[in-house]
Amino acid sequence: MSAEPARESNNKPEKVDSPMKRSMKEFYYKLSKNKSALVGGYLIIILIIIAIVGPFLTTFDPVEPDYGAKLEGPSAEHWFGTDNHGRDIFTRIIHGLSITMTIGFFSTLLGGVTGVLVGIVSGYYGGKVDAVIMRLMDILLAFPGILLALALVSILGANTQNVILAVAISAIPTFARIVRGSTLATKNLEYIDAMKALGASDARIIFKHILPNISSPIIVQASLYIATAVLSASGLSFLGMGAQPPSPELGAILSDGRDYMWDAGHIALFPGLVIMLIVLAFNVLGDGMRDALDPKMNK
Amino acid sequence: MFQFIVRRILQTIPVLIGVTILVFSLMHLTPGNPAHIIAGEGVPKETVEQIEERLGLNDPIPTQYFNFVTDAAMLEFGNSWRTSLPVTDELWPKFWVTFELALYSTIFSIFMGLIAGIVSAVRQYTFSDIAIMLVALFGLSMPNFWLGLMLMQWFSINLGWLPPTGWGTPEQVIMPVVTLGTMGAAVIARMTRSSMLDVLTQDYIRTARAKGLKEKVVVYRHALKNALIPVVTVVGLQFGGLLAGSVLTESVFAINGMGKLIIDRILARDFPVVQAAVLVIAVVFVFVNMIVDISYKFLNKRVDLD
Repeated sequence: MSAEPARESNNKPEKVDSPMKRSMKEFYYKLSKNKSALVGGYLIIILIIIAIVGPFLTTFDPVEPDYGAKLEGPSAEHWFGTDNHGRDIFTRIIHGLSITMTIGFFSTLLGGVTGVLVGIVSGYYGGKVDAVIMRLMDILLAFPGILLALALVSILGANTQNVILAVAISAIPTFARIVRGSTLATKNLEYIDAMKALGASDARIIFKHILPNISSPIIVQASLYIATAVLSASGLSFLGMGAQPPSPELGAILSDGRDYMWDAGHIALFPGLVIMLIVLAFNVLGDGMRDALDPKMNK
Repeated sequence: MFQFIVRRILQTIPVLIGVTILVFSLMHLTPGNPAHIIAGEGVPKETVEQIEERLGLNDPIPTQYFNFVTDAAMLEFGNSWRTSLPVTDELWPKFWVTFELALYSTIFSIFMGLIAGIVSAVRQYTFSDIAIMLVALFGLSMPNFWLGLMLMQWFSINLGWLPPTGWGTPEQVIMPVVTLGTMGAAVIARMTRSSMLDVLTQDYIRTARAKGLKEKVVVYRHALKNALIPVVTVVGLQFGGLLAGSVLTESVFAINGMGKLIIDRILARDFPVVQAAVLVIAVVFVFVNMIVDISYKFLNKRVDLD
């Protein structure tokens, strides 16, 4: 996404912004006019700052037990109370925030990039390649929701990396389908024909000319998928199929809490609220971006 | 139309083959020799070899896959590695529990979602619209396992109104259904609202209003019918998704359904049961999707689902 002007060939009449830069500019402009996208965006920035800076500011240890302070309710010292090992829940949540968000980001990045490549290839080349790829995506889509991730984690073993991988694989068909559709709509436009006539390679056409044009639905989907990924990942940890103790992953803290619902309901309360906040922020951003980019909504 | 139905049914065949290959690979990618897992530690080599022979583990992989598929087609999944009972006997009672849970949750989400969505659309930009959409946004963002725990905290522990665990009596059904159905209700509410708003701006609605029809007639008889078409798709997908999504809800409320079975048996490394359960959910989901596509075509003659 450098600012270099497009240098296609000698026939190019004038230097203008590259298609990527142009679509990005338009994107930011539309986005800045959508309140809900802004609210979601700011919320995410705040959460990211807390996740990065927070762990340096907390005074307790997120994993070291302190059996003198077991199952205490919220107090001035322990804002969110302590868990069954006497660990400060506020500290654990601050540390867990970065773990949970990292899983969300990386699984979406990994699955999104793969899905985008698969979708572009499928849409651009069409024919048999398209048919085969789309049937493969149908197969992945046959495993609803958390099921595929669960099956994969059961083979690969339960840990954070495998959760990222499993959630990423679930993301592939969703991205591939959206990108394939957009690619089909773009590839027959005249300027793509013009590029072909000029002798541009397939790779150049795909990455320089198609991808920038279909970037907005991808970005919207990425935001919405991070929300899904955070729910799936924390769900897997909740089931004991994700981040393992003593990791303060938010779903794992919740899982600790459910055994103490009778004596210490606060343990489960706070991590759930924070998961909801993360998911809410990405949903609001995704919704806002979708509205902002929807041609029907532009007046 | 007939052609479309036939083509759509034929389309499921490669998907079903792919699904069986994937589920079959599950067991073969799993580290460790199944015969060792069944036999346990410190068993003589002959016993292990006997078990391998009995399970057909020495057959070539394609033969094993072929046997797996033909058995599965007759709902025959072998015996559990842990309990030695036929997998089918273990699975069916639990499948029906999960089926019931998913069905009730779908009904709950349709009911709540439709009402909320219609009210929101008819009173666009009023307080009720904003409030409903906010609640829907929270419903969409809430981890359902957390919602389940919070309901349990309130209604079982603090108030003592509802039993915290189990499945069967009407009291036991309420919390799991709300837990599992809330996200669906939120999705349906948002979908219904936007679909209604789309329809309400169309010409035929203006005509209906111009004729002097009552607003109620316009909304319920003219608009709703068309607005519901896209909602049908969501509802169908929801039901399939809930079959898998019930894993978390069942875990929270200790419901003896298929989801809990999957988790328990993953931990016990009882793969025939896990394999069968995953396969059953995926196959049901494929068929539900097929039915949704076909009924969508019936409802909306304009759609060209290629």
